[in-house]
Amino acid sequence: MISDVLSYGFMQKALIAGIAVAIICSFMGTFLVLRRYSLFGDGIAHVSFGGISIGLFLGVAPLWTAFVVAILGGLGLQKLRQSTKISGDAAVAVTLVSGLAIGVILISASGGFSADLFSFLFGSILLISLEDTALIIAISAGIVVILLALQKQFLHLTFNEEQAKIAGLNVTALNYVFVVLAAVTVVTSMRLVGILLISALIVIPNISAMMFGRGFKKTVGISITMSIFSVVTGIFLSYYLNLAPSGTIVIITVALLLGTLAARSAGLISKTSINIPSTISHNS
Amino acid sequence: MIALEVKDISISYNNHLAVDKISFDVQEGDLLGIVGPNGAGKTTLFRAILGLEQYSAGKIKLFGFEGPKYHTLLSLIGYVPQRVEFEPNFPATVSDIVSMGIISDKTIAKGAKLIQQCGCCWNRVYKNIGNNSDKIIEALRTVGLEHLKNRRIGELSGGELQRVFIAKSLVKDPILLILDEPVTSVDVESQTKFYNVIKKINEENKITVVWSSHDLEAISKYANRVACMNRKLFFHGAKEKFFSDEDLLKTYTESAMQMHMHNHNHDV
Repeated sequence: MISDVLSYGFMQKALIAGIAVAIICSFMGTFLVLRRYSLFGDGIAHVSFGGISIGLFLGVAPLWTAFVVAILGGLGLQKLRQSTKISGDAAVAVTLVSGLAIGVILISASGGFSADLFSFLFGSILLISLEDTALIIAISAGIVVILLALQKQFLHLTFNEEQAKIAGLNVTALNYVFVVLAAVTVVTSMRLVGILLISALIVIPNISAMMFGRGFKKTVGISITMSIFSVVTGIFLSYYLNLAPSGTIVIITVALLLGTLAARSAGLISKTSINIPSTISHNS
Repeated sequence: MIALEVKDISISYNNHLAVDKISFDVQEGDLLGIVGPNGAGKTTLFRAILGLEQYSAGKIKLFGFEGPKYHTLLSLIGYVPQRVEFEPNFPATVSDIVSMGIISDKTIAKGAKLIQQCGCCWNRVYKNIGNNSDKIIEALRTVGLEHLKNRRIGELSGGELQRVFIAKSLVKDPILLILDEPVTSVDVESQTKFYNVIKKINEENKITVVWSSHDLEAISKYANRVACMNRKLFFHGAKEKFFSDEDLLKTYTESAMQMHMHNHNHDV
């Protein structure tokens, strides 16, 4: 039964890497959703597609080129939003299609789609190597440590950027750190659900968690719990039912969201007014 | 000791002079009420003091300091704007918001050194209270909201919310508290509670307060000094002098009415 399945090395690696990714996506996602950067994750994921294509084209490790390109793309996106009159969602659209276009050109130049590329697009958690698992754990630990250390500053920045500036925070520097962390989170998480579905793990558990109407720490805790539950259940279900793990995980997060909405309607959880951030713009 | 000195400050937007050569100073311990009609430049002036707005002429000093030392002291100013924009479902409790006001020991040490240099004693009420959560509770007690510490901010009334922002400013023991029409969208009963909190903070915690308002009655009751402006400053001095000068009050009322009509015509 479950203990037999857990004895498989690929399942152990998938679960460990999956839980690590669930934690960083939820934690980082709380700030991204509240700052109305929900589609930022999607934009960065598409830019990293360009990075992966560069790696495959040049014959170097695509994950590393994805990191470099995603970070540069994130910083470029931030600069575009800050120093031009292009609105947040338009800036994401420009960055997103630019990354995709570069990817498509390089893929066609290198002879078409490969299995490697598909694993980045749709996720391949059950095929993850021991080295990749170790890398995901190390990077996730780093992201969690930085987020914990800067939690108060990021919360202030997220709450109201101008108030943060008045309180003496270096808002520009913090914004760049934020973008780099978001880019690293996205690329680290690609192996789990793939480029096309990564924003689901960033956004959906957080929307569900916010429905509970709690304070910041409890909201992050609920979001992480829901995310881990979705990933673990998704991996097991996909194994038993022979389904794609990425899609199964995302469908479970959606099911949890619908369940939370139903519980709210039935008055089982807080009934305070909820207005989920839906557009991309600065909040101050 | 002069806590804040504003000297010949002018601020322009797109060739429009929002603040025209304004000069005044605020003594330590003052509760200065700034009155002026909408569009008089009060918020712009406050933003310049807070380093958020560039000014084309003049200088501003905090405890006699300008330049980088002024900027060091900026994070020790408490500021409550008319309205703080935030997501209505922002997952933060009252305690979470107040905790954002706590600043690092390093910043406090830098500020304390400067305050000491100018021969002042920085009255730090919350300094020895204990850990951060004790400070948060004490700040909330000062503004009368201790019982709401675990309440989510989206569930608060306008008046409660503004008092939370006062508490957020208090936990850092501000050297100056700036309030920009803080009760504009607050009901009358909550306004009185708010004003009493401000008076208490000024008198008991010895915090210097600069407060803008349209409410002449509240200014006459709570402030000890008054500045009156409409892009230019046309009065600065003792409260009693302002309220006993019929011509000055008439000028203020006419000016406020003209600005009101101007805004109304623009709206139409």
